[in-house]
Amino acid sequence: MSVPPGTDGGGTTTLVVRVENKAGVLARVAGLFARRGFNIESLAVAPTEDERFSRLTIVVGVDAAPMEQVVKQLDKLVNVVEIRELNPAASVERELMMVTVRADPAIRGQILDLVRVFQATVLNVGYDEIMVSLTGSPSRVDDFEDLLRPYGIVDVQRTGKVALPKLVKTAPDPLAP
Amino acid sequence: MNMNGGQALMKALEDEGVDILFGLPGGAILPVYDPLIDSSIRHVLVRHEQGAGHMAEGYAHATGRPGVAMVTSGPAATNIVTPLCDAYMDSIPMVVVTGQVPYAAIGTDAFQECDTTGITMSVTKHNYLVTEAADIPQVIHDAFHIATTGRPGPVLVDIPKDIVDPNNPRSAMEWYTPDSHDLPGYHPNRAGDSELIRQAAKLICEAERPVIYSGGGILKARAAEALLELAELTGIPVVTTLMNRGGFPDDHPLCLGMPGMHGNYTAVTAMQEADLLIALGARFDDRVTGKVAGFAPLAKIIHVDIDSAELGKVRRPDVAIQGDCRLVIEDLVKALGELGGNESQPDRNRWRSRISGWQERFPLTYEQSKDDELLKPQYVLEQLRDATPDDTIVASGVGQHQMWTSQYWKFNHPYTWVNSGGLGTMGFAIPAAIGAKAGRPDRMVWAVDGDGCFQMTAQELVTAATEGFPIKVALINNAYLGMVRQWQEMFYEERYSEVYLTRDVPDYKMWAEALGCVGLRVESPEEVGPAIAQANEINDQPVVVEFRCEAGENVFPMVPAGMSNSDVVVDPSQQDRPR
Repeated sequence: MSVPPGTDGGGTTTLVVRVENKAGVLARVAGLFARRGFNIESLAVAPTEDERFSRLTIVVGVDAAPMEQVVKQLDKLVNVVEIRELNPAASVERELMMVTVRADPAIRGQILDLVRVFQATVLNVGYDEIMVSLTGSPSRVDDFEDLLRPYGIVDVQRTGKVALPKLVKTAPDPLAP
Repeated sequence: MNMNGGQALMKALEDEGVDILFGLPGGAILPVYDPLIDSSIRHVLVRHEQGAGHMAEGYAHATGRPGVAMVTSGPAATNIVTPLCDAYMDSIPMVVVTGQVPYAAIGTDAFQECDTTGITMSVTKHNYLVTEAADIPQVIHDAFHIATTGRPGPVLVDIPKDIVDPNNPRSAMEWYTPDSHDLPGYHPNRAGDSELIRQAAKLICEAERPVIYSGGGILKARAAEALLELAELTGIPVVTTLMNRGGFPDDHPLCLGMPGMHGNYTAVTAMQEADLLIALGARFDDRVTGKVAGFAPLAKIIHVDIDSAELGKVRRPDVAIQGDCRLVIEDLVKALGELGGNESQPDRNRWRSRISGWQERFPLTYEQSKDDELLKPQYVLEQLRDATPDDTIVASGVGQHQMWTSQYWKFNHPYTWVNSGGLGTMGFAIPAAIGAKAGRPDRMVWAVDGDGCFQMTAQELVTAATEGFPIKVALINNAYLGMVRQWQEMFYEERYSEVYLTRDVPDYKMWAEALGCVGLRVESPEEVGPAIAQANEINDQPVVVEFRCEAGENVFPMVPAGMSNSDVVVDPSQQDRPR
């Protein structure tokens, strides 16, 4: 079955939106989604390599929104420079999670085992809690969070995913004209 | 050249070709009103900021040039939100300058502070909060560019007081003339794709029952002549939406008039029966389509619009062309010429005879007043139409009188119809008529208003009287919020809830006189003609003619909300006729 551009089959689409780095631009984008009835699942914002622009990575629920309208309406915002719909199969996605888990000294070892398996990082240790972070694909971060949950999650903060398209693997034929 | 921000603002407006500014001063915008005295720009002092906005819209409707309004912060800014939204819905080029509290005071709940750019974000094409005096020339240059290109629309520029106040060092700046735009995300498209235009031409050559569905984009793109050429080349009939009345002459044999909820039977039915709709600058508004699933069910769609978001928003087109209507139609005419021009068109005599059959069986109709009845509004409008020059500009409010005006007037020239289509803003007529008269002082300008609408913005007649805009107002007084009354009669079992306005209060004749106008009152059919003649003779003062009309008159035809256009309800006298 073919997956439409930007969808992951899980009911969401990822839009990577380059905007002018000006005051109020995020409010314009968020306001547009709100007033057109489109729902944002997650949103990550950061400046780009060119300081005049910022990049927004927006995950949109596709059931709630006719994606073509979302993109066309976004494109009408004067400060929006470029929009790319990212197909998960053709892109690299990452998300950062910071999480604090209950960790009595007796079971701390089990949690550290999970940290090792996932190549997560211990950020801070308390007498009965531990704070760790993991960067990975959103599904890997989901798995890690699921495995920690039985121990008792005290606090969790996820950034929402960011993404870039995968790079071309095949070099051009050097003998081609 | 050294100057302060206020002087720079006035110079920037002058450089954009602004000749008239509608506004009202107040605290935060005060410093700008001082250099205004020395400016070449004429200022029209309104009585309410909503009036300034609608005047700017009326000016833009009548001239095609951007209308400009300037008001202060806080309540003045919120008062102009309605005109901004109106202009946004109807794609009217407009630039609104608002005062703002000093930059350092923003966010402190200062006196007359409101978040103007936040409030107007969703009702403007774009808006700016200017933070430095040095940005003023560039922002004004960009604002006019954005307002007038692509799909036109309103742009708001919010200016904190300190950057225009000569007593504040933050207002000092060096003037420069901007010669370009740094808008990396704004690329208004102009020409259409030539391959798609060829596909559209082929569809046209194959269609047996085509209809041109022409919308407000025709007027915005100044494409009326191109549309006439396309229609005459192909012999395809044209419907003109509420926003394109005048964009194709009503007296042309191919003109079917207005479609939609209160469109005439032929325009509505021709679209329903068509095998091809050529939508030019139209947006498949719900008032045109009725129930979308039942709209023009047999038709393929060619959709031309400058705004790609309109293509496929409501109805999936078979050929979607993004581009300026005038350029696309001109290219379409060329493409049709390459396919053989008029020779390429199939025989459509059967289609033409079906259309003329509908026109004969279902013309617009109403019953004349009986002896004991008040005036019929349709009669008043026919008399007014016949007694005024062909190029008279007509502005209307919103409701029954608007629909009757659109139905009964003969619009034979573009830019003669000024109305609030998308937003449906009651009270639009009087200030919009003033703006139209300001833009076209050579033309006779009539506002057709209802008694409900009149009471919302009548104070602007003071502006008309004192600023020298001798507009004329035909006040259709039926003592009701008429369109709501009609819906309560038809859909709420005649349970009338809060729609009666009273017949005699206010006394419109006295009110008109108090506002500085000539006031006339007409109650019987034989007085209608002489009163209009008298009003037409008065050119040094605004005139209000109150026409006392029957309350129970309904607008027909009508497609009830949510129904298919195939279920159009015709005038009771025509209901037994074969369709």
